[in-house]
Amino acid sequence: MPAQLEGVGVSPGIGYGPAYVLTGGIPEPDGADTHDGDAEAETARAAAALERVAADLEGRGLTAGGDAQEVLTAQAMMARDPGLADRVADLVGHGKAAARAVFEAFGAYRELLAAAGGYLAERVADLDDIRDRTIAVLTGRPMPGVPTSAAEPYVLIARDLAPADTALLDRTLVAAFVTEYGGPTSHTAILARAMGVPAVVGCVGATAIIAGERLLVDGSSGLVRLSPPEAEAAAAVEAARAREAAVAAAVGPGTTKDGHAVPLLANIGGPKDLESALKYGAEGVGLYRTEFLFLDRADAPGEDEQVGQYRPVFEAFPGGRVVVRTLDAGADKPLAFLPPPGDEPNPALGVRGLRMFRIDNTAVMETQLRAIARAAEGTSAEPYVMAPMVSTAAEAAWFAQLGHRMGLANSGIMIEVPAAALRARDLAVEADFFSIGTNDLTQYTMAADRQVSGVSSLQDPWLPAVLDLIALAAAAAGEAGKGCGVCGEAAADPLLACVLVGLGVTSLSMGAPALPWVRAALAAHTYAQCQAAATTARQAVTAAEAKEGAHAHLPGIP
Amino acid sequence: MAERKITVESEVGLHARPAATFVQTAAKSGMDVTIAKLGGGGQPVSAKSILSVLALDVRQGDTIVIKAEGEGADELLDQLAAIASAP
Repeated sequence: MPAQLEGVGVSPGIGYGPAYVLTGGIPEPDGADTHDGDAEAETARAAAALERVAADLEGRGLTAGGDAQEVLTAQAMMARDPGLADRVADLVGHGKAAARAVFEAFGAYRELLAAAGGYLAERVADLDDIRDRTIAVLTGRPMPGVPTSAAEPYVLIARDLAPADTALLDRTLVAAFVTEYGGPTSHTAILARAMGVPAVVGCVGATAIIAGERLLVDGSSGLVRLSPPEAEAAAAVEAARAREAAVAAAVGPGTTKDGHAVPLLANIGGPKDLESALKYGAEGVGLYRTEFLFLDRADAPGEDEQVGQYRPVFEAFPGGRVVVRTLDAGADKPLAFLPPPGDEPNPALGVRGLRMFRIDNTAVMETQLRAIARAAEGTSAEPYVMAPMVSTAAEAAWFAQLGHRMGLANSGIMIEVPAAALRARDLAVEADFFSIGTNDLTQYTMAADRQVSGVSSLQDPWLPAVLDLIALAAAAAGEAGKGCGVCGEAAADPLLACVLVGLGVTSLSMGAPALPWVRAALAAHTYAQCQAAATTARQAVTAAEAKEGAHAHLPGIP
Repeated sequence: MAERKITVESEVGLHARPAATFVQTAAKSGMDVTIAKLGGGGQPVSAKSILSVLALDVRQGDTIVIKAEGEGADELLDQLAAIASAP
C-alpha cells in the first residue's frame, strides 16, 4: 500500500483512528437456484422479505430523523415498489428461487439508473443495499451493517455507504468516512456533513486498506494517510481542535488584549463570498476584487449592472466599511473591451492597474467609481475605493481627485510598489488611506515573480526588507492621520498579523476562514507585545530569524 | 382517459423529493396512472413505481405526459401536475 491515498474531501475536519472496512458480505445467489414448485408461496416469501426490509428502513429513518429520514423513507418506497414486485413474481413464475429473483429484478433497475449517470447513478448504492438486505432476510444471513459499539472511534471504509448504514451511526463512534465510490452529492457526503464527521469519497484503493490500520483523514484536502507517525497525527488532530476552539471562542470586533482596536475585514470576490465573511465575523470588507465582473465579456458592464453587483455588499455591513478595489487588469489578464497594452515581455512591470486608466480609458474608471458611489447610497456602510499599482504621488493625487469628484470621500491607494512605500510620506498627502498588498509588495521588493517557484524563498513577507517598507508606509500614514491596512496573505498569518499591528498597520483584511485565528491571536497579546515583536523582527537579517524573534514576544501562537 | 402534459420546473427534475411525493400521491389513488417522458421514445410506465419514475430520468425543462382512468381522474391529474410543475 502507498503511504497515502487521495480522494475528494466532502466534509471538512480531521479524523484519526483504526480502519474498519465494511465488506458487502452478501454473495450473489446462484443463477441456477430454483424453488420447489409452489410459485405462489415463493412469491409471498419474497414479498414478505421486501416488506420486512422496507419496515426496517422506515424504522431506522424514524429513529434518525432529519435528512436521513427522508433518504430512508425513499429507500423504503423502493423496497415496496409495485413494478419491482411484478418483476419478482414474474421471475419466480419462471421457476427462479426468491433470492435469485430479487437479485435479477433489482438488476434491471440498477442498470437503468447507472446508465443515467449523475444523481441517479449515485442511487445505485441505495438500490444494492435494499437488494442485499432482502437477500439476507431470504437466506437467513445477518443484515449488512456497521459496528454500533467500539473501543475507540474508527474510520469507516466502504465501497460506498448506504443510508441505512450511516443513519444510526453515533458521531462519537466514527472518526471519519472514506469511500471508494461516490461524489459530492452521494449520501455519504450529505450525511457526513450533517453529522459533522470528516469524509473523503471517490478514494480509489480505500477498500484494500487492512482493517485496524491507523488512518489520518483530512476531509478538506481529501488526503488519507496510512499509519502516519503517532506524533504527527496527534499534532494534526490537536491543530484541528484548536481551530474549532478558536472559531468558537473568538467573537466580536478585532482588538488586542489591552483594547487597541484593529478592524478585521474580509477579502471577497463578489456577493457570493458574503455568507462566509459574515459567518466568520468580518467587520467589513477590506478588499473587494471587482475583476470577475469584467472578465470574459465583450463590453464593459454598464453602470446599472455594476450598481446591482456592488449593492448587496454594502447592505451586508450596516455601519461597517467596504473597500472596493478598482479594476485591476494587465497584459496577463487582458479584457476584451480594453485595447491590449501591446506585447509586453514582462506584464508585472507593464501597463496594469491604475496605469491602464490614467491616460486612456478614463471613462471606464469613472463609470466604476460612479457605480460604487451609487451602490452605497441609502446604505449605512461606508464606501472606500482604492486603486492598484500606484507608484507616485501624482498617480495617487489623480485617483483621489477623481474619486472625490464622483462623491467618494475615501479614495485611497494600494501600496504594492516599493517606490510608493519609500516615498509614502508624499503619497499620504494625496491619498485618503493606504492598503498594503503584501503579495505584490514582496514580489516587487525582492524582484521575485510570484508565478516562479524557483524564487519562492524570496516571496516570503517575513523578509526584513518587506517589513521595513510596511513600517515606512504605516508610519507615513500615521503621521498624516490616515489609516493603513493590509489586505494580502500576510494578514491571514496570526503571528505576522500581530507583527503588522506592531508595525503600525490599522486594519487587517484576509480570506474569511482565517479571521477567527487572527482575532484569537490579537486578543491574546497586548499592543506593546506586538510592537516589541515588530521591532525584533525588523532587527533580524533573515525571514526565519524575523519569525523566530517575533515568536519570542508572542507566546502561544502556532 | 384523462391526460395532462406538464413541463417539469423543479431544479432537481423528477428525482429525489419531488419524485417521492409524486409517486406517493399516485399510489394513494387506487387508479391506474401512467407517466411517459415526451421525446424520450420510451413507453409509459406506472406512476406508482418509484424505480420506474426515477429510471425515466426526467430533468428540469423536460415535458411529461400523465394519464389516469377512473372516477376522480381529473382531480388526481391536477394534483400530480401541481407536484411535477412546482419549481
